[in-house]
Amino acid sequence: MLIDISKLEVKYGSKKVLQNINLSLNANEIVTIVGPNGSGKTTLFKAIIGSVPLSKGKISIKPNLRIGYVPQQLKVDQTLPITVERFLKLATRNNNDIEKMIAFFGSENIFREQINSLSGGQMQRVLLARALVNEPEILLLDEATRGLDQPGIEAFYRKIENISKETNCAVLMISHDLHVVMRASDRVICVNGHICCQGTPENVATSTEYQTLFGSNIDGSFALYRHKHDHNHDVMGR
Amino acid sequence: MTRATFAGVGVSLAAAPLGCFVVWRRMAYFGESTAHAAMLGIAISLTFEFSILVGAILVSLIMASSLTILEGRSLFMDTLLGVAGHSSIAAALVIVSFISGVRIDLMAYLIGDILAVSKMDLFMIWLGVLIVFLLIIWRWSPLLLVTLSEDLASANGYNPKKENLIITISLAIMVAVGIKVVGVLLIIALLIIPAASARFIALTPESMGFISAIIGVSSSLLGIYSAYFFDTPTGPSIVCVASLFFLIFMTANAFIKK
Repeated sequence: MLIDISKLEVKYGSKKVLQNINLSLNANEIVTIVGPNGSGKTTLFKAIIGSVPLSKGKISIKPNLRIGYVPQQLKVDQTLPITVERFLKLATRNNNDIEKMIAFFGSENIFREQINSLSGGQMQRVLLARALVNEPEILLLDEATRGLDQPGIEAFYRKIENISKETNCAVLMISHDLHVVMRASDRVICVNGHICCQGTPENVATSTEYQTLFGSNIDGSFALYRHKHDHNHDVMGR
Repeated sequence: MTRATFAGVGVSLAAAPLGCFVVWRRMAYFGESTAHAAMLGIAISLTFEFSILVGAILVSLIMASSLTILEGRSLFMDTLLGVAGHSSIAAALVIVSFISGVRIDLMAYLIGDILAVSKMDLFMIWLGVLIVFLLIIWRWSPLLLVTLSEDLASANGYNPKKENLIITISLAIMVAVGIKVVGVLLIIALLIIPAASARFIALTPESMGFISAIIGVSSSLLGIYSAYFFDTPTGPSIVCVASLFFLIFMTANAFIKK
């Protein structure tokens, strides 16, 4: 058991942003979290990494768990000059680990670039590299595919699946899409202030409708998740 | 004169790494308010006749800590800093006017009195300089990470609040120690101008720290000696030299960009 969340509640002031969240993650599992904007998904991540305090409940984390956290974005102030190489070195002192990253990027040209001159896609790759550099036992990916086009998302999901298979790393990822998730997900959890539903994704890659929409590449790394809600939320999310 | 030189060089050395963080974390105004609070500490020290250094550090720490605690909750931080800082200076000047008899030369505290640095002063200055320098260098990587992203730092097991406290304490010590060298009004200048100048040519955070140390020490030396030759107040002269460096680097950078 890597992470065990029990009856978690987080409040911003007097507003309950998350309540009664129960979730556990074991090694090798890939869990996708979906939910509309403002549903508290990022807050859940922040609670796991310790940025945000809990008002109720408990998070048990395996001691010395190596977490690889990939935030939605990272804006570096213009006053701070820092190369990609130096940024990666902040995660590890080991030069060997940095060398491995050259293979990850395909070339070492990006190492000399200034972080604040990177494009969105490049920054995302750097953040992922940084998370991977320490051989994490769990990857926390916060909407890592936002801004990518469909082939980009497909390639990303495939990469994550490979990483997880090769290193036995668990993956907890927030998907920005409510219905399309990574096919390799073991479980999907829908969060909107609380857990609305959970289940497994459907492998629809063989259906003709899927192929009409997404092409006939049946090796696609997408799957669809069908929500099963026994309640409704109003416009305010209640 | 030698003591003045050692005092100036010492303060510039510690100001370099700390100044980089003040620039990166956009704390110039926060630092300014802390420095103004030190003036209040000095006024209180003079009134009750205890050590200026102790008074300055204590009030700076209290002010900086209070402001840090309010940071998360206050929507109008910028205004609050302005209110706190300027009230402190005003209160200090009013309090000092009540001290009967002796005419206190306030200019010495506002713009420094480096040529009057005694052996004891020099010892205290270097003590403070070493504490600040070693603190910042020891926590360099965590401080950098927290500055880049508090979330990344938390995920790596660091506590952003604790690292923030280190900057706050260093700032309070730096202000107290810099009073004799450049005075309360200009100590922040000594922190940010060399760092800002270094920004134009630095490619990594470490090189920015290193270059700002060179610029800071050069400004101190040139400032002290030109003040001696032109008979100008030393503190402001040091800051003027630093400003010249800034102009030169900024212009050079603009030309290179073309």
